[in-house]
Amino acid sequence: MNFDFSEEQYLLRDQARKFLDDRSTPAVVRAVLEDDEKPYDAELWQEMAELGWIGAIVPEEYGGAGMTGEDLCVIAEELGRSLAPTPFSSSVYMATEALLLAGSDAQKGDHLPAMAAGERIGCFAVSEGVGVANADSIKMRASDGAVDGTKIPVADGDIADFAVVLARAGSDLSLYLVDLTGEGVSRKSVETVDPSRSHAEITFEKAAAEPLGAAGEGWEITQAVFDRAAILMAFEQVGGAQACLDMATEYAKNRFAFGRPIGSFQAIKHKLANIYIDVELARANAYYGAWALAADAPDLSTAAAAARVAASEAYNHAARENIQTHGGMGFTWEFDCHLYYRRAKLLSLALGGERRWKDRLISQLETRNFTGEE
Amino acid sequence: MDFNDTPEEAEFRAEARAWLAANAEPKAPGKVYKYRRGEPELIPAAREWERKKFEGGFSGIALPKEYGGRGGTRLQQIIFAEEETNYLIPPPIFSISHGMAVPTMLTYATEEQKQRFVPATLRGDEIWCQLFSEPAGGSDLAGLRTRSVREGDEWVINGQKIWTSGAHYADMAILVTRSDPDAPKHKGLTYFFLDMKSPGIEIRPIKQVSGFSNFNEVFMTDLRIPDSQRLGDVGQGWQVAITTLMNERVSSGVRPAPDFEDIFQLTKDLELEDGPAIADTAVREKLADWYIKAQGVKLIRARLVTALSRGERPGPENSISKLVSSFRRQEIAHFGMDLMDMAGGMMDPDKMPSRALYQQALLDAPGGRIAAGSDEILRNIISERVLGLPPDIRVDKELPFNQLPTGSE
Repeated sequence: MNFDFSEEQYLLRDQARKFLDDRSTPAVVRAVLEDDEKPYDAELWQEMAELGWIGAIVPEEYGGAGMTGEDLCVIAEELGRSLAPTPFSSSVYMATEALLLAGSDAQKGDHLPAMAAGERIGCFAVSEGVGVANADSIKMRASDGAVDGTKIPVADGDIADFAVVLARAGSDLSLYLVDLTGEGVSRKSVETVDPSRSHAEITFEKAAAEPLGAAGEGWEITQAVFDRAAILMAFEQVGGAQACLDMATEYAKNRFAFGRPIGSFQAIKHKLANIYIDVELARANAYYGAWALAADAPDLSTAAAAARVAASEAYNHAARENIQTHGGMGFTWEFDCHLYYRRAKLLSLALGGERRWKDRLISQLETRNFTGEE
Repeated sequence: MDFNDTPEEAEFRAEARAWLAANAEPKAPGKVYKYRRGEPELIPAAREWERKKFEGGFSGIALPKEYGGRGGTRLQQIIFAEEETNYLIPPPIFSISHGMAVPTMLTYATEEQKQRFVPATLRGDEIWCQLFSEPAGGSDLAGLRTRSVREGDEWVINGQKIWTSGAHYADMAILVTRSDPDAPKHKGLTYFFLDMKSPGIEIRPIKQVSGFSNFNEVFMTDLRIPDSQRLGDVGQGWQVAITTLMNERVSSGVRPAPDFEDIFQLTKDLELEDGPAIADTAVREKLADWYIKAQGVKLIRARLVTALSRGERPGPENSISKLVSSFRRQEIAHFGMDLMDMAGGMMDPDKMPSRALYQQALLDAPGGRIAAGSDEILRNIISERVLGLPPDIRVDKELPFNQLPTGSE
């Protein structure tokens, strides 16, 4: 039994934490949050490319670092902890994974080296507005090598160079690569509850589109990308949740009321113990996801759904109660609690909400003769 | 990461499996077995099973050979316990004996006493109970009042204990008493071991909500214990008690029933208005929550095993697992019964799903959230020992014990 990261992976984590403590401070996050003209921190993004993180799972032949999915999980946890305001999840967990899963050699060669270098940013466009986006609901049309329709919101859609777009050609739901700087593409920023991450509405009018993966397999590939992204994002969520717990604990130790630290009151202690338990349950489920990702395990989808549900609940819980522990000060713009509160909610919606993933988890379990053992 | 045994672990597991296959009856896959505690009629079989394990070299796996143990590791103990759950074996009535009494005896008893009692316990000849909790000292153990007064080479004990599991069949006991009521509460305690057949002991079973009687009140009236059976110094009873409690066993991985697998199956089998219960959105949400908790606890245990495998000390894993699992069991029992609708309250095993497992669990589950560290105490432990939050302000720490408010004056 070796259900833990390796010594090398712990070194990677320490290196990542040190770098991000220095480079992705709350001031850096706030600069993006408060400046409408600054959708992400471009310098931080470039430095992350130099560290090999953006191309972490890109094979060396395409200019990547050739790390494992487990290594990327280690980095993801630190990105979540530091709220790094970059298009990492869009470009790495989504676009890179989609190219690796479904791209032709030519497509990989066209995109991956520039992506790994941080010079080209990809995004993944599924949602078409309020409501569940699924195989039945997608309205975006594809025909004659072009796509028509609107995707909203698209994370990092305003800064990405290209998008992976889910669209319908006849009865086939397929994925397409679309150059967002080309003709027929108009985009505008949309505000979300977390302006430290940029989002856009993208309208396509006969925009040139190149199929990614086999025709008619768009939904299956999307699900596969979502599963893998769910595990990576779960690590971001665990990192963020842990940061909230650390903040709340520190505050409870130092804030005095009624002549004693508020952390000596059981009302606060038990609140924080409950967060700790949720974070540990989420961490355990995320670790299993990391293992499933690296081993490409048959129950990857189950592991992904469990990791996502546990992590979404833990992060939202931790972010909410972190503000509560801080009292009135936690509700001010000045304190950093709200940065996590915003991110927690946004991340738990990014790949579809908790209700959808709980349903998916049970659907996955129904497909196997469940005996409690794998 | 991987979930594989190391070659040494695999070798031990194979040995354990082979031995179990030759000495016990395997459980039938998928069958629901009645949950059994230490009912008196099962004691002879439990002793016999312990003796078999002792002779086979699987009792006291992590204890030194010189006292009858195997001289192995805690991890081997866990591996054996995992394998043992696949077999029909008597209820685990030796957990207090092995997990609490033996480590305390090994730390504080004389060499002669260790030789006399430890191998006999591992062989199943001596069953121990733990005379700790009192009506006035449960979660607040150091508030106990049972008096010990020294008379020459003996101590005279008067007082009452409660919640004593297995007192009705135990041969021996470990006991904490108050020897100095003028000292602050933690400083006036003294610890002993004794024969449960000593004169002056009266045992009264307590009938639980579930109707069973697994634990007792124990009254001690002019009970005499030789000073040679004192463990630790006079007034050092608290430190000895901490040793006992620190050795609470690493959970064997036996899952509380009903758990996720049970309710998952039940929701497939039960029909609601629009088809099987599992098709209902509200049901699916609950199932998902229980799955991530059950799976989380299982995986947290995998991290504990990893730590032990690396020779590291276990962390707060057991506190998390116990809190999460005992609460989940109660929730699942409630929800399973709700799905059974108007008939959900019936107890007849022949008429009810899983032989009335949910109904039995409903009545048994409250105890799980109180025994061996209540939910509230475990949250205190996590917040203080893991998160480093300050302890509660203690109004009772420095005052002489006999001046503490008791609320009964």
